[in-house]
Amino acid sequence: MADMPLGERRPLAPPVNDTGALGWIRKHLFSSWGNGVTTVVLIVAMAWVLSSFLDWAVFTANFSASTGSECRGQGACWALIREKFRLIFFGTYPFDQQWRPLFAIVAMLAMLIASADRRMWNWRLAVIWGLGSFVTFLLMFGQIHISFSLIAFVALVVGLGGLSLRKGIAQAGELNGYRALAAVGAVWLVLRIVGVLPAWSIPIAPFSYVETSLWGGLPVTLILATYGLVFAFPYGILLALGRRSSLPLIKGLCVGFIELIRGVPLISLLIMASVMLPLFLPSGVTIDKFLRAQVAVILFAGAYIAEIIRGGLQSLPKGQFEAADALGLNYVQKTALIVLPQALRVVIPPLINTFIGFFKDTSLVLIIGIFDFLNSANQALVDPSWAGFPGEVYLFAAFVYFCFCFSMSRYSKYLEVELNKGTRR
Amino acid sequence: MATSAAAPNGAPSRAHNLDNAPSVITLTSVNKWFGQFHVLSDINLDVKLGEKIVICGPSGSGKSTLIRCINRLEEHQAGRIMVDGVELSNDVKNIDAIRREVGMVFQSFNLFPHLTILENLTLAPIWVKKMPKKDAEEVAMGLLKRVRIPEQAQKYPGQLSGGQQQRVAIARALCMRPKIMLFDEPTSALDPEMVKEVLDVMIELAREGMTMLCVTHEMGFARAVADRVIFMDRGEIVEQNEPEEFFANPRNERTKLFLGQILHH
Repeated sequence: MADMPLGERRPLAPPVNDTGALGWIRKHLFSSWGNGVTTVVLIVAMAWVLSSFLDWAVFTANFSASTGSECRGQGACWALIREKFRLIFFGTYPFDQQWRPLFAIVAMLAMLIASADRRMWNWRLAVIWGLGSFVTFLLMFGQIHISFSLIAFVALVVGLGGLSLRKGIAQAGELNGYRALAAVGAVWLVLRIVGVLPAWSIPIAPFSYVETSLWGGLPVTLILATYGLVFAFPYGILLALGRRSSLPLIKGLCVGFIELIRGVPLISLLIMASVMLPLFLPSGVTIDKFLRAQVAVILFAGAYIAEIIRGGLQSLPKGQFEAADALGLNYVQKTALIVLPQALRVVIPPLINTFIGFFKDTSLVLIIGIFDFLNSANQALVDPSWAGFPGEVYLFAAFVYFCFCFSMSRYSKYLEVELNKGTRR
Repeated sequence: MATSAAAPNGAPSRAHNLDNAPSVITLTSVNKWFGQFHVLSDINLDVKLGEKIVICGPSGSGKSTLIRCINRLEEHQAGRIMVDGVELSNDVKNIDAIRREVGMVFQSFNLFPHLTILENLTLAPIWVKKMPKKDAEEVAMGLLKRVRIPEQAQKYPGQLSGGQQQRVAIARALCMRPKIMLFDEPTSALDPEMVKEVLDVMIELAREGMTMLCVTHEMGFARAVADRVIFMDRGEIVEQNEPEEFFANPRNERTKLFLGQILHH
């Protein structure tokens, strides 16, 4: 081989003892005496921990006891979870109606899973979220009154948005459609505000009404986290862009908001929302406590997301902005087509990290008396006949949280690979 | 390096007469400062339609800043810049109008890495010129053929060589059908063997009559296509002349020194 002329040498196969399972074990686990001893010690330790855990959680566990006293003196008391799972999952939701939050959870999971697929990231996403949210809240509330003013507002927004985004691209017919939508929406809203039109609404009421103070368990956690992050995300993008704005007033407002929110704990913001906000509202006006908590979560998450996205914006080379400018793209086009698609890709890992953090932080709403999943699990410990098994309940709650957080973490990984396909330098 | 790409296609094409051509770019006493640093001092320049100008000079002489002022990537603080009959001011409308007429090619290509080559080309026509997507793609494919890489249309910029990327960048600028092309050291970031493929495209473009302002140290390119070579130093236009004269008989001491450094190393 070596005496062949340059350029004609065939590539060599790698040395044999580095390949295959045995080769891998030799190289990575037993490459030296120290390494070998460490491997053995760690394997023995892991086996010992795992076997005692399995012994407690499976082999001596009680799955069928009907009271707490039957469980005592044995392994894990999973009978408690069996007895209380409806309380843990659905909290104080009316017992005979608890199939509704169950299907609400299913609807939300379906919505989340469907929108995780990148091929759905177009108009379908709006349909999925519109439908999913409608089903979720219809099930949770039981009755929804859709006011005509809301429909008019949506028509106005869709009309104006369509006009500004599709101007010069779409056919005249499509544009006239947007104009008509915007006009109808605007006229309706004006007439409603002046008082010519009454407050009409479409009632959709297939089930009995359940107010938010009775909601509890997993649906509450899912709703708070999902809608909190879904609204906080675009809000955070706007804050991040505002923070980099060249207009001093906008920049100052965004910096001020971000620093203010980041400077206080979420708990204090929640207490403010639940205790202090009502003091500032005119008497007679009340805002639902659940909604207040939701808004507090959105504001808080928005500030953190804004800072992450700002990091992504700063990582873009100046040349990208200049190239977009030189081509004549305006600010909105430059931001939406060039800057954000690249900046958001860069920040997927820290962004999902924040999402995971906030998913768990929603359990802080217990401080203002909302029964999220963890708080409902806590309630399962109150029953005196099942007293004494907090480990089982918290382990179960931890497992459920882990399932959600681990899925998000895996999804983040998938997204990174998927979005960077072919674009790596 | 600087002399490696000597005139590839033989005879220069400067036979055309620019005396009667209208001016497309006029700079009148343009001044600019970066903080206390006077980067452009009293620049006067008149560019005729179809003229090809090569700007050279030592680093920090303000040559890049000069052409970046023409499409408002940099703001000038005093003086007037007229491009195609429109005065550059803070009026966004004027800036947009000028940017539609002026294409730019950067040293570091600045392609959009998250878009395919074809999308890089069609983005501005679709969004700025509101061209239907189909037409934009047709124009883009035509231009990719002209820069000899139509087969790369569906790839991403990161999958192309530097020379290919720079040719895509030229095609992207041409997609907007600009009247004027600005080149900011288009070959400086390229490996030596890729310089020629980019210069060939630029020479072709020059032969087709495009108005070009080119910051470059490729003196072979200057000899082949330039109507005028401008030497800048410390923010001033020190000397300008036709290429033969400029290279054969530089008059200013600073020009002589600079040419000596880049031509005989």
